[in-house]
Amino acid sequence: MGQKITIEPVTRVEGHGKVTIHLDDKGNVKQTRLHIVEFRGFERFVQGRPYWEAPVLVQRLCGICPVSHHLAAAKALDVIVGAGTGDGLTPTGEKMRRLMHYGQVFQSHALHFFHLASPDLLFGIDGDPLIRNVIGVALKHKDLAVQGVMMRKFGQEIIKATAGKKIHGTGAIPGGINKNLSIEERDSFLKGADPMNADKMVEWAQAAVDFFKGYHKANKALIDGFATFPSSHLSLVRKDGAMDLYHGVLRAIDTNGKKILDDVDYQDYLDYIDEEVRPWSYMKFPYLYNIGPEEGWYRVGPLARCNTADFIPSPLAQKELEIFKAYTNGKPNNMSMHMHWARLIETLHSAEMMRELLNDPDLQKDDLVVKGTKVKRGVGLIEAPRGTLFHHYEINDQDQIEMANLIVSTTNNNEPMNRAVNSVAVEYMTGQKEITEGMMNAVEVAIRAYDPCLSCATHALGQMPLEITLYDANNNLIDKKRS
Amino acid sequence: MSKKIVATTSLAGCFGCHMSLLDIDEKILDLIELVEFNKSPIDDIKVFTKQCDIGLIEGGCCNSENIHVLKDFRKHCNILVSVGECAIMGGLPALRNGIPIKECLDEAYLNGPSVRHNHKGIIPNDDELPMLLDRVYPCHEIVKIDYYLPGCPPRAELIWNALVALVTGDELKLPYEVVKFD
Ligand code: SF4
Repeated sequence: MGQKITIEPVTRVEGHGKVTIHLDDKGNVKQTRLHIVEFRGFERFVQGRPYWEAPVLVQRLCGICPVSHHLAAAKALDVIVGAGTGDGLTPTGEKMRRLMHYGQVFQSHALHFFHLASPDLLFGIDGDPLIRNVIGVALKHKDLAVQGVMMRKFGQEIIKATAGKKIHGTGAIPGGINKNLSIEERDSFLKGADPMNADKMVEWAQAAVDFFKGYHKANKALIDGFATFPSSHLSLVRKDGAMDLYHGVLRAIDTNGKKILDDVDYQDYLDYIDEEVRPWSYMKFPYLYNIGPEEGWYRVGPLARCNTADFIPSPLAQKELEIFKAYTNGKPNNMSMHMHWARLIETLHSAEMMRELLNDPDLQKDDLVVKGTKVKRGVGLIEAPRGTLFHHYEINDQDQIEMANLIVSTTNNNEPMNRAVNSVAVEYMTGQKEITEGMMNAVEVAIRAYDPCLSCATHALGQMPLEITLYDANNNLIDKKRS
Repeated sequence: MSKKIVATTSLAGCFGCHMSLLDIDEKILDLIELVEFNKSPIDDIKVFTKQCDIGLIEGGCCNSENIHVLKDFRKHCNILVSVGECAIMGGLPALRNGIPIKECLDEAYLNGPSVRHNHKGIIPNDDELPMLLDRVYPCHEIVKIDYYLPGCPPRAELIWNALVALVTGDELKLPYEVVKFD
């Protein structure tokens, strides 16, 4: 008798989803699916709103990385108000936004690593679910928990100082920013009492990278072998190939490292990217159009960025990137769990960038907004913590939004997450008589590595259900288990 | 005194209210001294394992599953709190109220510029997907709600003070800055 396994809700990720695994009579994995079960309808209900509302409206799709939506929308509107893409703003406008963004990446990566992922590493994939969570970490590894909490706090305070509010701020406006950074604010970050200052954040971020490297050494089989599969990788990079999380051109490489997209102006994204719709998930499946849906899918996020970028323009993170790249002899790294490594290298980069920007006197200048000749269409891309985020708006003569199209980071990772689920299900569940909590969590660990924000992916968010349901070969429900 | 037990969930919300709870920062360590968490997306407890004292609800109801979860929370929590504008009045997702749901689906899966090759006209409709509701409902239209915390999201201090008040039974002070919308 075959069976279907459902894992629902998937916890410690951000979003609403569930996993179904179909086993056949012999216990072989026949089909696995990660379903995204929420639908918002954002593309339609934003029509008719005045365009300048977009940066404050859209971020309410996702309270985990609202700054990314806030900035991607603002960047699209920069184009619409004639301020150009990325580098058209005043130095203060661009640098305030960059500071906001690096604060965001820093807090989001810290949240993911310390609050959501570290429990699996510290207590084991099959650890006791009652303590395998951030509260367990706080009780058993208090120093580490305090570090995670304070790093997130620092990033959130940077966001508050640049965007006006920690969650759903209003700082970025079409063509620029609505405030600069006062000397007092700057000093509070540069000279704040231990540990709340930029130097300490760089030090802690470095320690987090070292922690992971130590863990990796001791757990090679798990970190290298878990949910590993070949894929292409896509991200923005700076014109010269440097990692740049705020602005750049599109680059994609295939699994051997060959560039299959390079130096692409993202205003033209529709010439390269298409999305497939499948009936069993509200989340679409993006792919490179010239390659087609079968082979054209790609990964985004920290792993992809560390693969596509030639170098990181900050010294400590660059050193770590060299070690990271050397581990695979300069070839693209396709190991899902190395996403954690890449994420921590970016955390270090963000800390260095925050420190550099805070020392930049441009942040105290008053020239905040640029205006030019209005056009009808604008595309804004940004490297959000979870990967490349696309916003595209078109407006009418009344300044109302006529069309909105979003491809969010987690949607770009839809196919890779499904592959990761499949690879782990096959490895852990094939031929097993009994499905244990540990096996179910293994599936979640694979999903969690992608730090999916399923809320923004469906333009929704919340708890991701993981429920394993067992179906027989004729699709009759045999058993259902919530992990 | 045994610890009060707290459960949380996100329905049709953006998770910002949960993030605001985490914005109490260092006080998280005090919080876990004060209360015990049961079913919540921040831990690995996926079904209620006991009756809870306090349930925090983020988000309104946009599909059949939200309704199911909300009713389950009502059953398992003595006190239910609507946290944030989405739970209280639908919030941003309720902008779709007044637009036929079909138009929203068409725009996302048929008309958008990056689904132009969806020639088969597929719109997700699998049995695994919950039914979408005709509109987004605030929580109190589905079950009885005991308290409301305004804001989008409510500030961290407000969530913290409300939790402390509920746990200790002391009266909650609500100065204007804390309850104003934004
Ligand atoms: S009230 Fe605001 S912060 Fe809370 S879930 Fe709704 S949109 Fe997000």
